[in-house]
Order: sequence, then C-alpha cells, then structure tokens
Amino acid sequence: MQFAPIQKRSDQLRRAPNLEDYAASRSCFDWQAAAALEGLPGGSLNIAHEAVDRHARGARASQRAIRFLGADLAPADYTYADLKAATDRVAAALVRLGVGPGERVATLAGRVPAQYLTAIGAMKAGAVFLPLFSAFGPEPIRARLELGGARVLVTTDLLYRRKVAALREALPLLEHVLVLRTAPGSELPPGTLDFDEALAAGDGGFETRRTRPGDMALLHFTSGTTGLPKGVMHAHRAVIGHAATARLALDLQDGDLYWCTADPGWVTGVSYGIIAPLACGVTMIVDREEFDPERWYAILAGEQVSVWYTAPTAIRMLMKAGLEPARRHTYPALRHLASVGEPLNPEAVVWGVEAFGLPFHDNWWQTETGAIMVANYPSMELRPGSMGRPVPGVEAAVLKRGAEGVEPAATGEVGELALKSGWPSMFMGYLGDEARTRKCFAGDWYLSGDLARMDEDGYFWFVGRADDVIKAAGHLISPFEVESALLRHAAVAQAGVIGIPDPVAGSAVKAFVELKPGFEAGEALRRDILAHARRLLGAAVAPREIAFAAQLPRTRSGKIMRRLLRARELGLPEGDLSTLEAGA
Amino acid sequence: MNREELKAVLVELLTGVAPDVDPAALLPGVDFRDQFDFDSMDTLNFAIAMHQSLGVNVPETDYAKLASLDKCVAYLELRQG
Repeated sequence: MQFAPIQKRSDQLRRAPNLEDYAASRSCFDWQAAAALEGLPGGSLNIAHEAVDRHARGARASQRAIRFLGADLAPADYTYADLKAATDRVAAALVRLGVGPGERVATLAGRVPAQYLTAIGAMKAGAVFLPLFSAFGPEPIRARLELGGARVLVTTDLLYRRKVAALREALPLLEHVLVLRTAPGSELPPGTLDFDEALAAGDGGFETRRTRPGDMALLHFTSGTTGLPKGVMHAHRAVIGHAATARLALDLQDGDLYWCTADPGWVTGVSYGIIAPLACGVTMIVDREEFDPERWYAILAGEQVSVWYTAPTAIRMLMKAGLEPARRHTYPALRHLASVGEPLNPEAVVWGVEAFGLPFHDNWWQTETGAIMVANYPSMELRPGSMGRPVPGVEAAVLKRGAEGVEPAATGEVGELALKSGWPSMFMGYLGDEARTRKCFAGDWYLSGDLARMDEDGYFWFVGRADDVIKAAGHLISPFEVESALLRHAAVAQAGVIGIPDPVAGSAVKAFVELKPGFEAGEALRRDILAHARRLLGAAVAPREIAFAAQLPRTRSGKIMRRLLRARELGLPEGDLSTLEAGA
Repeated sequence: MNREELKAVLVELLTGVAPDVDPAALLPGVDFRDQFDFDSMDTLNFAIAMHQSLGVNVPETDYAKLASLDKCVAYLELRQG
C-alpha cells in the first residue's frame, strides 16, 4: 500500500512553528542563534548552567521544570529554582567525595528524581555523567563501569543488591556507591553511602565549574558488531545541538508541556529527556512507570502534554490496543508528535492522525551524533516512512565506499548515510579507542553504519544496518556481547546471534547455539541457557528466543557467519558463500 | 481448575518466558518488575503464552493487571467468571 504525503497548512497548525520554512532556514542557518544559550564568562560553557542555573536566576525561577509522576500518577514538582538548589547539593557532595574534573559519575536507577539530579549535578561539578539502563544485567553493567572508569555510582538499594554488590571486587576504580533507600529506615548495603545523607551536608550553593566547550560532559555506551561496548564521549558544546534541534525538530517553545518517554539509560533519554527540554526552558514530564496504554493516555490528556517524543515500539503497542482507549480522552493541548529509535512504519505515522488528529514525525540520529540529524518538521510536507530531511546546519548525504574513498550515491540508490563533520554535538570519539573512531570517518564525512537512500526531493529513507548490530525496541544490541555471555554457559560450544523481524519491537534477538559433546538439546536445556543469558545480560539485552543448531555456518577462519544464519532463518538469498567452511 | 492449579500453570508460563525466575523464591504479592527484570516485551510474550495455553485473550490495555502472580490470578478468575 502506498501512503500519500501529508501536506501541512500553516493555518491548521495549533501554534506557529519555530521552523516556518525549511529552505529559508537552511539558507541562513546559525547554530549559536538557533540554540539561544547564555554561556559562561571567558568563553566557558557548561550544560548544567544552560539547562538549569540561568533559568533559576531569571524569569523562569518559579516555573515548573520537571514533574515526576509516581506509581499512582501523584506528581512531585521541581521548579527551576528547586532544580538548581538540588543539583547544587549533588555537585557539592560529589566534590566532597573527591570527584575531580573529567571523572565519571554513573547512575543505575530508573526514572527517579535522583538520576536526573545526578546527571545535572555531575556536569555542574565538571565531572562526566555516565548513565546505565536499569534493566541491564550484571555483565553489561560491569563492562560499562569498568571501561568507563566510573568513580561514583548512584543506584537504589534493590538494584545494588541484585546487580552490583557481587561486582565490587572486580571494579577497583569504583570508590563510592550512593544508594537510594527504597523504604525509609531500611538497612544500608555494606560498602555504600546513603544518597540523601551524602547530600544533606551541603546547603551553601555551588558555583558551576567553568568548563570549556570541548571538555567531556557525557559518556554513553553503545554497541558494535565486535569487541567491547564503545564509550561515546560528548563535550559540553553538545548542548548547542541539543537546544537547537529541540527547537527545530521537536518545535519546543515557551509554555510547552513536553513528555519524552525515553529512559536516561539510552542517549535519547539524556539528550531529549533531560538536557534539551531544560535548555529550552519548558516544563517536562517524567513517568517512572513502564509502558501501559491507559496510563499513557491519562498522562497525555491529564497533564495537557503539548509535545510528545516517543518510540516506534511503544506506538505499535498502542496500535495493538486499538483506538478505543485513545478515544476515551481528548487532547486539546497536544500539537506535535515525534518518534525516534528505529524507523517508524508508515502505518504508525498515519495512525497518529486517527488517534490524536496529528501524524507522528519520525527523525533519525545516533549516540555518536548526539542530537537529531534528519527530521520531519511541523511545517514541512511529511512522507510517511521517511525519516525526513537534514536539520538546517547539518549536511547529510548517501555515500558509497570504494577503493578510492567515498563517492555520492545516485538519487534513489542505496548507500551509507553520512554527515559532514562540524555539527556541535558530534562525538569527541570512542573512549580509549582511536582506531575505532578513525574507522567511522572518510575525510570530513562521518559514516553512520546505517543504509539509506535519498529521493529526488531530498527526503531520506532508512534501508537497514550496514553491519550485524541488532536494533530491538530502539536499543542497539551487540551480537558479540550476547554471544560472549552465551559462551559462558557450560553446554554452549558456539553461538551465533541475529536480529529477526518482530511486529512490535522492530527486531528481536535470536540466538543459535551449538552444544558441546555430551549435552543434549531439549526444552530443559533451552530454558537453562535462556535463564543464564537473562541473569548475565538482563531482559533488555538477552535473547527472546534460543534455537539449537548441529553446526553453525563459519568462515574458513572460524568466524560465525551471522549474515548467513539470518538469510537462512528468513529465507533470503544466501549471497556470496566463497569464504564458507565446507559442510556448514 | 482451582486456584492452586491455576497458579502452577501461570508459574510454568512465566518461567517459559523468563526462566531466570526461581519459582520457589517468587513472591506472589510483589510485582514481577520489582523482583526481577521483566520488561514490556516479556509481558507481551507472557500474555501470548496465556492465550495459547489457557485460551484467554488478554487485551493490551489489561497488561497492567498481569503485574504480579496474585494480580494474574485475580484477573483470570474475574475473566472466567
């Protein structure tokens, strides 16, 4: 089925958009002007100052900055002034604990206030914020804390006992763990400090450190096809990209009530779930609970959300629940819907019109790009299924790699989506891995690893990944990390991990395992291997499905051919098999 | 099927989706998510397993009612009248 383009008429928009005319905006674009930041004396720049301090000292001091929703939707509100006072206390506490500039402060906490306060407080102190997804199992947590060299971790007592306590000996650099007590007066786990007590001593304010624009502020881990997770470093200057793109692609404006459903354990939940909305001075919602259609509709209607940024997996789950629950409410305040994480299928784009009277606007970016790079805008014709057009100020192209470097693909031809270096939120590199950083670049071009094509009008369309990385429910998962965990099971000789299409999550992780002699395939063993993987990796990363294989296809050098596994699983052409080992 | 039999079937389905769950340590009154990692994709797969094995089609809007073992039992007893 073909989906007709959705035309936009300015008289139908509920508010005049920041970006009124795409072509005009591109022709005279300036990042600094679009970001509208304040800066610190002497050319210094600190994300915490732009997101919190300047508003707390100005007209927004008593405006709500964040509304946290608890289990029963009970709100806990922080004004910009409250947020400044609370993050001052976190920064002061970190300095008292000996955290110096550039040192890493990690969180493993879910969407509770302490995680947000720690993010801002750490950057305020000149430290680097390193968020971890709370559904990670102990193995991804250990790898990221170790590679990141985290000095402080903020977590809850429950998560600490379940996932971190047993890792402490393996993490000599992790000096302090601050825990949030789930129940008041509950026993503090040995080797930890109480988060609230650690903060209590400091009420004298804090002078935000005058970091340079190029100083590291954020460390996000992402997954590659091989090897260890990659620590993607971002500098304070990324806030220029966060603020500017939030104004252009999410159309954030004064008075907006904004809800980003992403968890800060992933880059969207930090760039657009903490920094961008605060830097733009709007009021944001944080819901600590998991996805639940009725709850989400109640929040959209009851909190009068005006701009909503969510993900394809959630939209597809809402679609499964049908239109009836959506239509029990009205959404007069809602004016812009956006989606990111994986390509949004055209059915879902159009479903937004049926449910809310507004289409979903897909956009594209990655951990490395730090901010939205290609987007659909409220004022621009929307082509369902397309990721849109490059943000003004961003030069994007579809390139083909050849012997002589890269060359542009023809219109409509598939190639690698690439970005011309120089946008403000471009990553500083991968932590401790310059070789891997260099491999992402061809001259001035950053090569994203995503395959795309561009149509005759400059709209970009996602085609697939250029590598074996799996995108499940919007989360990038490394097949290597999953295979490594499976190989630690006593029965597993070889493992090959691929993504298979899933109607809700986009892709689901499937593992094929080859057993060691003496072990027999069967339901009991399947469950045991799955349990092992979930304990080590956590539900978000572990396979959803495990299949036994007599022999996995390998190259002559012994490498598992994931592409061939995937082709066989999905009945696709098997391609060039010249390097295949005989008999596989 | 009496309540104990129903519980046993539910635990079997639950551990099929999340075999890392130890049935002996499962607290029936506490939400799955607070006891072990159980995400929305797990809930979806758990609901599909309930449909296949018990013939009860759980709509997405009712997934929140499957948050713990006790809640599942109460929900199914209500559905089966």
